[in-house]
Amino acid sequence: MLRILSQILRTGVVTEPLPPAEESRITVAGAGLEEEVTRRFKRSVTVRYVDAGSCNACELEASAMNNPVYDCERFGIHLSASPRFADILLVSGPVARNMEVALKRTYAAMPEPKLVVAVGDCGYNGGIFGCSYASLGSVGNVIPVDVYVHGCPPRPSDIINGILKAVRRDL
Amino acid sequence: MRKILEIIADLTPDVTQSGAEAYIVPRDKFNAAAKALKNEGVRLAAEWASDDTPFGEGFSVYAAYSAPKGYLVIRSKVPLEDQTFPSIVKKFTAARRFERQIHSLMGLTPINNPDLRPWIKHEDWPAGACPLRKTFDAREKLPRVEGSYGWARAEGEGVYEIAVGPVHAGVIEPGHFRFQSVGEDIINLETRFGYVHKGIEKRFEEMSWIEASRLAGRVSGDSTVAHQLAYCRAVEAAAGIRVPERAHWIRALMVEIERLANHLNDIGAISNDTAFSFLLYQFSILREKVLRASFEAFGHRLMMDRIVPGGVNSDLDGRAAKAILETIDNVSVEFERLVRIYEENPSVEDRVFGTGVLTPETATEIGAVGFVARSSGVRMDCRVDAPFPPYNRLSPRVTVLSSGDVHARTWVRIEEARESMRLVRGILEGMPAGPVSVSFSALEACSSGFSAVEGWRGEIIYWVQAGPDGSINRCMVRDPSSVNWLSIERAIKGNIVPDFPLCNKSFNQSYSGNDL
Ligand code: SF4
Repeated sequence: MLRILSQILRTGVVTEPLPPAEESRITVAGAGLEEEVTRRFKRSVTVRYVDAGSCNACELEASAMNNPVYDCERFGIHLSASPRFADILLVSGPVARNMEVALKRTYAAMPEPKLVVAVGDCGYNGGIFGCSYASLGSVGNVIPVDVYVHGCPPRPSDIINGILKAVRRDL
Repeated sequence: MRKILEIIADLTPDVTQSGAEAYIVPRDKFNAAAKALKNEGVRLAAEWASDDTPFGEGFSVYAAYSAPKGYLVIRSKVPLEDQTFPSIVKKFTAARRFERQIHSLMGLTPINNPDLRPWIKHEDWPAGACPLRKTFDAREKLPRVEGSYGWARAEGEGVYEIAVGPVHAGVIEPGHFRFQSVGEDIINLETRFGYVHKGIEKRFEEMSWIEASRLAGRVSGDSTVAHQLAYCRAVEAAAGIRVPERAHWIRALMVEIERLANHLNDIGAISNDTAFSFLLYQFSILREKVLRASFEAFGHRLMMDRIVPGGVNSDLDGRAAKAILETIDNVSVEFERLVRIYEENPSVEDRVFGTGVLTPETATEIGAVGFVARSSGVRMDCRVDAPFPPYNRLSPRVTVLSSGDVHARTWVRIEEARESMRLVRGILEGMPAGPVSVSFSALEACSSGFSAVEGWRGEIIYWVQAGPDGSINRCMVRDPSSVNWLSIERAIKGNIVPDFPLCNKSFNQSYSGNDL
């Protein structure tokens, strides 16, 4: 126990300020939510993550969002285990044909109002996998997308910025 | 090896192949060869097929065996008029999924394989769709058809089924797990994958050799460096080019950094699944430090796209080397502190010892690779068994435990993280000067190359084949996950349902690498 406590003391606070949104490459696509709704979210959103066919590097960086250095919870971004409680669906990868149905169902399971943030170049246009018998390309081909975060993979700070951008257009 | 070869009759050397000893046997001897090799205690590493119609022939089926001192590839030609080959599942358990995959994606039928349910291909694909055939148009949109999958069933009083996935609760990849349980006890687990099948092997065939190394780096992103290395080594073997010494060292440096970063991540994640989140956060800080050093040295957190056919595309300067060294010095001190906390925590101990046991017998039977094999008493590591520079100079230490439980898999990775830090220091110290790449132009028509690289998960195999015009005719990828996924089904039996996430995390196999 003593070891744990002294490790905590030694570590201190490692959380860093978030780089400004301009440093991330983000494309805003959807109409967004009404101002009234986003105001009520108070920027506190519950996020459900779905890997629709990524190479898993996007998913590595998405989970790093939650580490003490990026600490997405301080911005009110909370990862949820179920789409039923989620305000935002975070999707990575091109949409694999074999994941299309599961992705649509996950989206349908979310309560309104809802937003979709697509992570990575694959989510934007299929990336290196393109469109084929097995890949449907962009997430936007399957469900409506509000914000695209570019990068292969995007950095954790880019993904946080993308999520914030989805709920606060004035950022 | 000689001795093994004498046992198999009718062998002719396959002069088109490089990177492994390769022979052609008549098709009806394909399983006799398997039998002879099995008796010699050899492991089946991969089995695949190629469509040779561009050469005016039919198909070929290949089996790669890991023999003492290198690999052996046995090839049999399959004529167009009779698209079958003798199955080798009776001899090698690993062949089950390899052959289902060959059947599903290439459309060749293994004779006497009792399980030909589709694999990777889902039941809603049209029956005749075999994407790896040259006649199949990759741009073709596949309609969805009605179909069902023949799940294993269990019946009896109190038996119930839990279906999990493809979408899971955490930030992880998709796959489906179906448990039959009585009370909390798991009596059977059946896994099914293919959800993230992106048509990677087919996509390779549309790319140039240079471009394709970017694709190899996206087969399993957490292992991007090792995949790019394995791909490039296969291409270089086929092309017969010699990579400059310094490039070998820079490549190995990246492979070891990648191993370290992933081990750090997963040791923390395993602890988290025992509800000890403290270590997750602590280890994730260390991983972040390693990724940042990678970014500083190579311009990318995961070091994607630095390895190219012919060498590497970015040299390492003194400043970058210093950044890496400082990070390793800092991380290794913190790492040892955290390991002591892991070791001394009774609540972690209670969950990881004796949980999810993969016995050495089972590990050998299924042909497990990497840290999974080494945690179950199997001594194997491509860095030692089939070494290439600089590993032949650095002699990595291999840790083997035999208990096969969650703890063994964690502890082997702790030792490997230590060893990677030692290797990184050794590489930075001994790195020779000189150029970092040679020019790579093209492959000779019909040549092919084989390679095996020890990534952080284990042995990654690539086999590339040039077509009659020298472009990519086939690129076979075998991620460690394709064999190691078999182990979770075997290790979970008799455990309780709540321990599944912990067990699964301790194996941490790739879905993308498996589904391709
Ligand atoms: S964008 Fe890049 S990192 Fe993300 S899934 Fe696609 S290939 Fe992988």
